[in-house]
Amino acid sequence: MSQLNLAVEIGGLKLRNPVMNAAGVLGLSANLLKRVYEAGAGCVVTKSLGLHPRRGHPNPTLVAVEGGILNSMGLPNPGASYFANEVKRLKGMDIPVIASIFGSSPEEFIEVARILAESGADALELNYSCPTVGRERCLLDADPENIERVTSAVKDAVDLPIFVKLSPNVGDIVECAWASERGGADAITAVNTLKGLAIDAELRRPILSNIMGGLSGPALKPVALRCIWEITEEVEIPVIGCGGISTWRDAVEFLLCGANAIQIGTAIMYRGLEVFWEILEGVKGYLEVNGFTDVNEIVGLAHET
Amino acid sequence: MSGSPMRPELLRIATISRVEEESRGVKTLYFSDRLCSEARPGQFLMIWAPGVDEVPMSLSTISRERVSVTVKLVGEGTRAIHKMRVGDRMGVRGPFGNGFTISGSRPLLVGGGTGVAALKPLLEAMLADGVEPTFILGARSLDDLLFRSHLEKLLGRRLFFTTDDGSLGFKGFASDLAIRLMGERDFDSVYVCGPEPMICKVFEEAERRGLPIQASLERYIKCAVGLCGSCALGPFRVCRDGPVFNSQQLRLVRDELGRTRMDPSGLMISIEP
Ligand SMILES: Cc1cc2nc3c(=O)[nH]c(=O)nc-3n(C[C@H](O)[C@H](O)[C@H](O)COP(=O)(O)OP(=O)(O)OC[C@H]3O[C@@H](n4cnc5c(N)ncnc54)[C@H](O)[C@@H]3O)c2cc1C
Ligand SMILES: Cc1cc2nc3c(=O)[nH]c(=O)nc-3n(C[C@H](O)[C@H](O)[C@H](O)COP(=O)(O)O)c2cc1C
Ligand code: FES
Repeated sequence: MSQLNLAVEIGGLKLRNPVMNAAGVLGLSANLLKRVYEAGAGCVVTKSLGLHPRRGHPNPTLVAVEGGILNSMGLPNPGASYFANEVKRLKGMDIPVIASIFGSSPEEFIEVARILAESGADALELNYSCPTVGRERCLLDADPENIERVTSAVKDAVDLPIFVKLSPNVGDIVECAWASERGGADAITAVNTLKGLAIDAELRRPILSNIMGGLSGPALKPVALRCIWEITEEVEIPVIGCGGISTWRDAVEFLLCGANAIQIGTAIMYRGLEVFWEILEGVKGYLEVNGFTDVNEIVGLAHET
Repeated sequence: MSGSPMRPELLRIATISRVEEESRGVKTLYFSDRLCSEARPGQFLMIWAPGVDEVPMSLSTISRERVSVTVKLVGEGTRAIHKMRVGDRMGVRGPFGNGFTISGSRPLLVGGGTGVAALKPLLEAMLADGVEPTFILGARSLDDLLFRSHLEKLLGRRLFFTTDDGSLGFKGFASDLAIRLMGERDFDSVYVCGPEPMICKVFEEAERRGLPIQASLERYIKCAVGLCGSCALGPFRVCRDGPVFNSQQLRLVRDELGRTRMDPSGLMISIEP
């Protein structure tokens, strides 16, 4: 076999490979996340965790649309203290864990961050804006000022790599990326879902109980690539690409666009958990065929043309 | 039809063509849908009562002309489904999940409560395959026995009744009779669907006798496509890896089976007796 290197380092977090699950996808239990890791992922990402348990929105919370799905889960999660034990179980199995967190105030973000840092999480991903919770005020408005303020507050409170997950539902994503960098973020995850809506013509009504949902899957891919391009032109910190990656070719495109690692969500619906293995094998094949020996060599190459 | 490919996860609107009152609080709703006509026994649908809820239901009839779900009234969502009349429209996603695999030639089928709904198309497929199933139909009381005359026609003397109150057939739980029959007769496989404590008992007995079993389980279903994780059962997703689990898989979740389940927020809670 060839000497291909797939290992990456993102803001101080060392991983065996750059592929992981997206937050909220199979992240509700240690048992399911263990399966994600065994399927090949370099690390696992939890469901976004808040201070208290939330049941999320009533069904329907997911509907398939052209090129992907809309979901309005509404951040169901068992709360940080409960999930701390699941993180401990994963750490007991030596699985790298990124805990995704949210809060309704900087203080709440810090409290949740501390609980998960204590449980042994290897990094935190701050979820400022998820289009499925609308104006419930369980999240801060993700304007640059808030992003900077909360990021630096969490950064000061815990001694872990801090990743900021950005939403594509903003006028200028670069402003948010700058704010993350100023706040001390160690990396940026781009992107969360794109706000959308589905109507049923026959019943003449919105389908999701929450009316609005977040678009993910192949239709999101060009938007995610555009966001990553804009961000990587302007900021120095690494980027974890997310949005519509289904095949190894998509993954390679994200790396070429400037992503140092990638997350997979909706593709698990289309391709099953085997998608992790397929993407890793495909990326390896691409590196080999094109004469690269290290996955890090191709990051951002598309900017150099 | 629009040019869209037939993807089970896409929502369709189905018009109810017939409603049958099966027993106290249980109704069967018939409709037609091409994808559902091609479903495997044991697969389930997400039924959307617009404005109320979307809930998982097993297919209780699978045929080219029409399909059905059999719904027990337990809460708000199922109440909305029960209110539907012929001509009303509901949303349908699916079929989802793996369904049963027919193996062996002398199977024992054990159905309790609305669990019988999932076993009915399996039984029909078995009979079409020339398999000779024995069926235990269990319920609280005589009036709650589902598909009684239909099953009698199909099975004759290979149908056994159990009622908790003894109003018909064996007095006791379906699992009690299942354990007894497994001792008296020569089965080569077991299929079970019903309340989880019942499934547990049947599973343990099948294990003692080295009989392969397939059990259809229930957990909280949100996405139904294997993404959200709300249906977690050990390392499995009930919506995608299940809802039918075999002996080997059930052994892996022994500590959860009949004891705990994940609630809609992701907390593990105990299953009330
Ligand atoms: C794979 C599968 C197949 C099923 N097949 C049938 C069937 O053929 N016939 C039948 O009568 N019932 C079936 N059920 C159970 C049925 O889904 C619930 O009874 C129904 O969801 C109750 O909804 P409700 O709004 O009326 O009750 P609620 O008052 O909302 O809840 C009552 C109980 O129903 C369960 N429940 C509610 N919503 C859901 C959900 N989204 N997913 C899972 N459980 C839920 C919960 O355990 C809850 O405690 C099946 C469940 C699953 C998971
Ligand atoms: C069912 C579901 C639940 C999600 N939950 C979360 C969440 O809790 N936190 C979060 O930051 N993103 C969440 N997301 C968004 C994903 O992490 C990801 O950003 C998005 O799906 C785009 O990637 P994809 O196209 O590969 O799915 C969720 C997405 C889906 C489909
Ligand atoms: S219901 Fe979402 S993974 Fe099964």
